[in-house]
Amino acid sequence: MIRLFIRELRTDQRLFWRSREAAFFTFLLPIILLVLLGSVYGDEDDIEGIRAGTYLLAGLLGYGVVSTAFASLAISLVIRRESGVLKRIRGTPLPTTVYLAALLASTLVIVALEAAAQLAVGRLVLDAGWPTEPGALALALVLGSLSFAALGLALTGAIRSAEGSSAVVNAVYLPATFICGVFFSVDSLPRLLEALAGLLPLTYLLELIRDAFTAGRLEASSEALAVLAGWGALGALLALRTFRWEPREA
Amino acid sequence: MAAIEVSGLQKAYGRREVLHGLDMTVPAGEVFALLGPNGVGKTTTVEILEGYRKRDAGDVRVLGEDPARAGAAFRARVGIVLQSSAVYPLLTVRELVELFAGYYPAALNPLDVIQLVGLEDKRDARVRTLSGGQLRRLDLALALVGNPELVFLDEPTTGFDPAARRQAWETIRSLRGLGKTILLTTHYIEEAQALADRVAILRDGRIVATGSPRELLAGQGAVEIRFRRNGEVITVETDEPTRVLHELTADALAAGVELEELEVHRRSLEDVYLDVTRSEP
Repeated sequence: MIRLFIRELRTDQRLFWRSREAAFFTFLLPIILLVLLGSVYGDEDDIEGIRAGTYLLAGLLGYGVVSTAFASLAISLVIRRESGVLKRIRGTPLPTTVYLAALLASTLVIVALEAAAQLAVGRLVLDAGWPTEPGALALALVLGSLSFAALGLALTGAIRSAEGSSAVVNAVYLPATFICGVFFSVDSLPRLLEALAGLLPLTYLLELIRDAFTAGRLEASSEALAVLAGWGALGALLALRTFRWEPREA
Repeated sequence: MAAIEVSGLQKAYGRREVLHGLDMTVPAGEVFALLGPNGVGKTTTVEILEGYRKRDAGDVRVLGEDPARAGAAFRARVGIVLQSSAVYPLLTVRELVELFAGYYPAALNPLDVIQLVGLEDKRDARVRTLSGGQLRRLDLALALVGNPELVFLDEPTTGFDPAARRQAWETIRSLRGLGKTILLTTHYIEEAQALADRVAILRDGRIVATGSPRELLAGQGAVEIRFRRNGEVITVETDEPTRVLHELTADALAAGVELEELEVHRRSLEDVYLDVTRSEP
């Protein structure tokens, strides 16, 4: 079982890194955005009481989680489903649990590498701070990845074709990155959008990540952890109902 | 024990009934061909036997289990070539066959299987660089690497050129030599005739004829004698061609006439197939 899991994990890693588009858009893009936006923000004053570079780094760490665990995972699963790969796997004795666990583990590996690269780039280029609570950051990234992966799996059930998958996924998560405050502070958002952002899981993931850079706000964190985990549980429930192995048109 | 036992199998998609009361039995070690035109329910039947689809009614036993409820232990004993499927395009042939080998408790050596299907030249090529025929052979390799007792081949040679088809036939024959049970679907009559111990002809969701190719031909007038007389084509079907031909030629000689365009040919499975798929049940 363990050997099977490790072999699946290695395969998923190979597939990710060999797919240039996935590796670029999922892995490199958040790092590139960090550098670009960092140069725009420059040495701006503090944002919400955090140094601008640190604020931006925290936002893009959250962006990395969403683009990897939600967007990339959902798109690649729809492509695997529609092309018939999942159906073919389904005909083998490989247990579903091992298949999905390896896929999630592979996602976590990518998120971890991504975060490490972002922290290093943030430190070197943006003069961002290190997280004061590394454990809290790790917890936020892992919980965020699992919750968004569950939501991504749930979303695949609603996507009908491989061609449409990236359009649907981007339409769901890109607006969220803006209103939840990945790239800038959301203090100036219209009231309606602010209320909407207050419901979305990305808001709470970003809060957890930013808290990890500014110690001593653990009270707020437990609420954010609960909301994020709740979204993850909802995603998992939906995914169990809607996930399918066979192409839509079949 | 029979590898596959099906009785009264029914399946509808919405209101469209695809199978109404299909019966068949495939003994272990047999190559059994389901033959029929496209859209007649061959793939539906096979996917029910593989466990992909649920049946509406009927009894199905595959290797002693109900495939609709069977789990990993069942899937370890069957090999599947789907009519259309895909595998990870970014892996190499060898990586993929090794990956699948890892799924099965008693897998064969992946390199041997790659050689068996004739892909040793493409061993280190990425799957996405393979031609259609090579992909089909890779499908076969993935179905075989688990050393299954029963192999499902859903239109295994569709789209092959004649040479590739002959080669695939050789591979399938060698599987038969290893004692595997094979359920094959095809709309190529010559494929069924070349490979199958027994053939079942499907029409309108039922099996309308079943037997060895020889049995299907017997009793139908196995030989056809055809000639032209007074501008009219005359066809005689017979199981006793020697006698009939002797009488015909003796009469013609006595009358001093020529049997124009005289032809004698064995009826093929194709003739039987066309008869049963055309006539009303």
